[in-house]
Amino acid sequence: MKQLKIGNEAVAMGLYEGGCRVASSYPGTPSTEITEVISKYDDVYSEWAPNEKVAMEVAVGAAIAGARSFCGMKHVGLNVAADPLFTASYTGVNAGMVIAVADDPGMHSSQNEQDSRHYARASKTLMLEPADSADCLNFAKQAYTLSETFDTPVLLRLTTRVAHSRSLVEAGERDDCGVKEYVKNPQKYVMMPANARTRHVVVEQRTLDELKWAETCEFNRVEMNDTKIGVIAAGICYQYAKEALGKNASYLKLGCVWPLPVQKIKDFAAQCDKVYVLEELDPFIEEHCKMNGVEVIGKEAFTMLGEYSQSLIAKVILGKETESLTADLDIPPRPPVLCSGCPHRGLFYCLKRLGVTVSGDIGCYTLGAAAPLDTIDTVVCMGASVSGLHGRNKADPDNANKSVAVIGDSTFIHSGVTGLIDIAYNQSNSTVIILDNSITGMTGHQENPTTGKTIKGDPTTAVNLEALAKAVGIDRVRVVDPYDLKQTESVIKEELAADEPSVVISRRPCALLKYVKHEKPLKVNPDKCKGCKSCMRIGCPSISFRDKKAVIDFTQCIGCGVCSQLCAFDAMEKGE
Amino acid sequence: METKSIMIVGVGGQGTLLASRLLGSVLTNEGYDVKVSEVHGMSQRGGSVVTYVKYGDEVSSPIIEKGEADYILSFEQLEAARWLPFLKIGGKMIVNTQQMDPMPVVMGKAQYPAGVIDALQKAGADVTAVDALSLAVQAGSAKAANVVLMGVLAAKTDIGFDTWMQAVEQTVPPKFLDLNRKAFELGYQYQ
Ligand SMILES: Cc1ncc(C[n+]2csc(CCOP(=O)(O)OP(=O)(O)O)c2C)c(N)n1
Repeated sequence: MKQLKIGNEAVAMGLYEGGCRVASSYPGTPSTEITEVISKYDDVYSEWAPNEKVAMEVAVGAAIAGARSFCGMKHVGLNVAADPLFTASYTGVNAGMVIAVADDPGMHSSQNEQDSRHYARASKTLMLEPADSADCLNFAKQAYTLSETFDTPVLLRLTTRVAHSRSLVEAGERDDCGVKEYVKNPQKYVMMPANARTRHVVVEQRTLDELKWAETCEFNRVEMNDTKIGVIAAGICYQYAKEALGKNASYLKLGCVWPLPVQKIKDFAAQCDKVYVLEELDPFIEEHCKMNGVEVIGKEAFTMLGEYSQSLIAKVILGKETESLTADLDIPPRPPVLCSGCPHRGLFYCLKRLGVTVSGDIGCYTLGAAAPLDTIDTVVCMGASVSGLHGRNKADPDNANKSVAVIGDSTFIHSGVTGLIDIAYNQSNSTVIILDNSITGMTGHQENPTTGKTIKGDPTTAVNLEALAKAVGIDRVRVVDPYDLKQTESVIKEELAADEPSVVISRRPCALLKYVKHEKPLKVNPDKCKGCKSCMRIGCPSISFRDKKAVIDFTQCIGCGVCSQLCAFDAMEKGE
Repeated sequence: METKSIMIVGVGGQGTLLASRLLGSVLTNEGYDVKVSEVHGMSQRGGSVVTYVKYGDEVSSPIIEKGEADYILSFEQLEAARWLPFLKIGGKMIVNTQQMDPMPVVMGKAQYPAGVIDALQKAGADVTAVDALSLAVQAGSAKAANVVLMGVLAAKTDIGFDTWMQAVEQTVPPKFLDLNRKAFELGYQYQ
């Protein structure tokens, strides 16, 4: 039976059918659902790791031990996991190992637009790129065989539109190949200089073997139609091209994007009058073609920025544009906001009042940078809030009592804790605020080492953040409830004033968690409301202003009561 | 059959994903090739959200662009105006008359435009405006507004009522089956 599945679900199905036994990942849009779906299979061990480096090392360990393994991450996660990747390429595997990496052209949910294909080339690791959910299932499954044939980890590159688009797939049988025998082999698995030198020879030969395979493999497919236009494309760009050009063009669809075939590309190009390379982000395939003397049109006609689409391709190649309607209206933008009842809101309101410099991090709380809270000064990558604050305070110690770091519970475990150790070890007078909402919120509610639950929801040990901070050498550790504005503000003030490093844990579970009980929505008493708009300063989506009074949307308000602490006229009343 | 395109637009958290899943399952059951493109992540936090649904004999691209949508189903007025350029000339729009202020309006930095439905019609769109929230409350809960809207859309397609109802039954939690049946019917009967 055909089922409609997003690419990520299909990858999970493929991994399962391919005999995956161990999966370890760190969440990251648009890759998260792969591992969420794998966690539903009882015969696969699955987990959320503290970060991508750990996840990849778990997968490497499992593969060497003889079990087919998997780790998944978003593009920037591969930066974190790059260290094990480059050397796992040298050790190779025993049982197959698949790494899914999801790029985000257009930055729907990311802080940069990096192109993961460079990692495949740099680490000399074979990379497949599916173009729809059926490909996702098929490629993920076959990746295990390839991984074992060439003795290499295999990268599976997705982009947002493939990862999050539903298309039809058909489930197959699981190839449960069991656990392979592990044979001790230090020359292969102990990467110290003498051994690594011999392994590097193996890696270079392996790339040549893969290249030979890439010339004829079924992943790289030619579709000949009209030969005036030839298109070389991989992944979603192949779909866009098909939609824009249909049978008016011929296609070389590349399913393997590293290593790239040479002769196959030359032969295809020779049959077409004009050849376009259609690829989002960097001119990866284009440069390969040009380096091999194949004349193609690429970035000079298209763009390095954002996503491609059928209309962009139709416009550039055919000069065709589609008519459309517009309404004569000024349409205000609708940026994302912190949810009604979000515990982060109260904390940011306090920080705004204190006028501190805020070293920010990545998570739902990055929205503290948006109006009207406007409190965050910097966001770079996960963990950088804590280490960045340490750097700031070393550079400008006189203002250390006017700066804080904010970091979520999941992000703190991911890579904030190492920065905190730096603060303790090298003693900067830094105040680090951990926003502990008991969940990995931004990516859609994954458990993490602080929540006390595994990926399957089973109870497990939880990191004690207070004890952890103390153990690394922070003596001042305080806990506040961000729904209590007075307490939160006064504690942060005290910790800023203190002449030593401190950690403040702002603790209140995410309002969207199932177990969190919501209060009745609040109601504005119009007789008491003076229309002063004090309550609007917290940027709550439940509060709007109509006929000179504040109004609360009963469908959204969860009665957190933060707004009522701002009202000098007691106009916010508990609903019945 | 030539590929048909339906867009579902609204505000993150309004239940647009459930609607697109429902639509996807109806179209799959009908034997079409189907693609549905969703956006997860950041914009789910109260931002403007859009889901694309395409079906036909063979669908390539999962996304819909300017001037391509046969139908736009909007869960909110302002979002209808925002996505109007995506409507095909001659396409149909179904608009929930609910208004949700975006943050710039909440902060007084911008105004929620008046007369959105009129402006859509003046621009040349074929608009069906519906107060889905009231119909949902009538069915039993404001939360079923998304299913009401699916009902309005369903009545405009060639796919039979029973097929739709079957999909509703497969998609919603059993606990809320009666509520959603009623909500769907109210939408379906809406002219
Ligand atoms: C290296 C890296 N991995 C993953 C992500 C995706 N990501 C962004 S924020 C986040 C976690 C947010 O959780 P938490 O810190 O608990 O904050 P919350 O969203 O719950 O407020 C993740 C996994 C990323 N941006 N960078």
